[in-house]
Amino acid sequence: MNDMVDVTVNGEPRAVARGATLLELLESLALDPRAVVVEHNRTIVRRPRLAAVTVAPGDAIELVHFVGGG
Amino acid sequence: MLDIPFTIGGRSFHSRLMVGTGKYRDNDTMARAIEASGAEIVTVAVRRVDLDRTKEEGVLYHLDAKRYFLLANTAGCYAAEDAVRYARLAREAGFNEFIKLEVIGDQETLLPDVQGLLVAAQTLVAEGFKVLAYTNEDLVTALRLEDAGCAAVMPLASPIGSGLGLLNPFGVRTIKRRLKVPVVVDAGVGTASDACLTMEQGVDGILMNTALAAARDPVAMARAMRLAVEAGRTAYLAGRMPKREVAVPSSPLEGMLD
Repeated sequence: MNDMVDVTVNGEPRAVARGATLLELLESLALDPRAVVVEHNRTIVRRPRLAAVTVAPGDAIELVHFVGGG
Repeated sequence: MLDIPFTIGGRSFHSRLMVGTGKYRDNDTMARAIEASGAEIVTVAVRRVDLDRTKEEGVLYHLDAKRYFLLANTAGCYAAEDAVRYARLAREAGFNEFIKLEVIGDQETLLPDVQGLLVAAQTLVAEGFKVLAYTNEDLVTALRLEDAGCAAVMPLASPIGSGLGLLNPFGVRTIKRRLKVPVVVDAGVGTASDACLTMEQGVDGILMNTALAAARDPVAMARAMRLAVEAGRTAYLAGRMPKREVAVPSSPLEGMLD
């Protein structure tokens, strides 16, 4: 059994470890959980729950932050 | 002269000038321009994190979030549901429940889709957001947005990033006269005289971005805008003289020599 699953992160296909949590995904991308907001299949996952939500095949994950704008 | 406080959604501010953070040539110039503007409310946008780190880090690395009141926008959204999605993400990323709501209806002019705007405003107000709605200078739309519970209505001076100045003073003045919620003119101001003229209409404030970011010297323009907003506001409060079509001498007619 493959130990990686295919998901979409910010519109790009990515393979992540099977059973990985969202927090582990952020860690693998070297992202500070305090500096990003995570949307998992169109639902916002708040920081305290990032370690409780597991990534599944086909999941769509968006990682956003504030940039310059008017 | 005593001014009333500038209050939006229950929060009071000293400066009536709000500024954006987009399109600056570098972050240091942006930070210095914002400081020179005296603005307290600073707008930001919500976008994907760059996973390859080829672009710059988020704007919060360059702005003190304790010093400025961050107002997130829904810029780039063309549908009500997209704007609602961005607003929810912004609230999660941010420090407050304020959102500058944009629902754009046309790519060339970036004019608002007022139908989508109203739907999004209603949804967000019901979710507890303080909505500042970017709209055109149409009175009826502004009234509907106020009815929907918006914390402020933001009619444009002219299209976003155009720098064309205040194209419809009458429309903006009418909105200000008829609404109870604050009216903040957003977009289109190009230079200091535009800002001054806009504030002379009696509106509560102005939001601008490109006028600073695209100036040859953004820091100097920021200072000019701060002075212009203060000048326009003070002139409005002072009450201008009536216009006349004929001259009236300023010096006495009596006491002239034979």
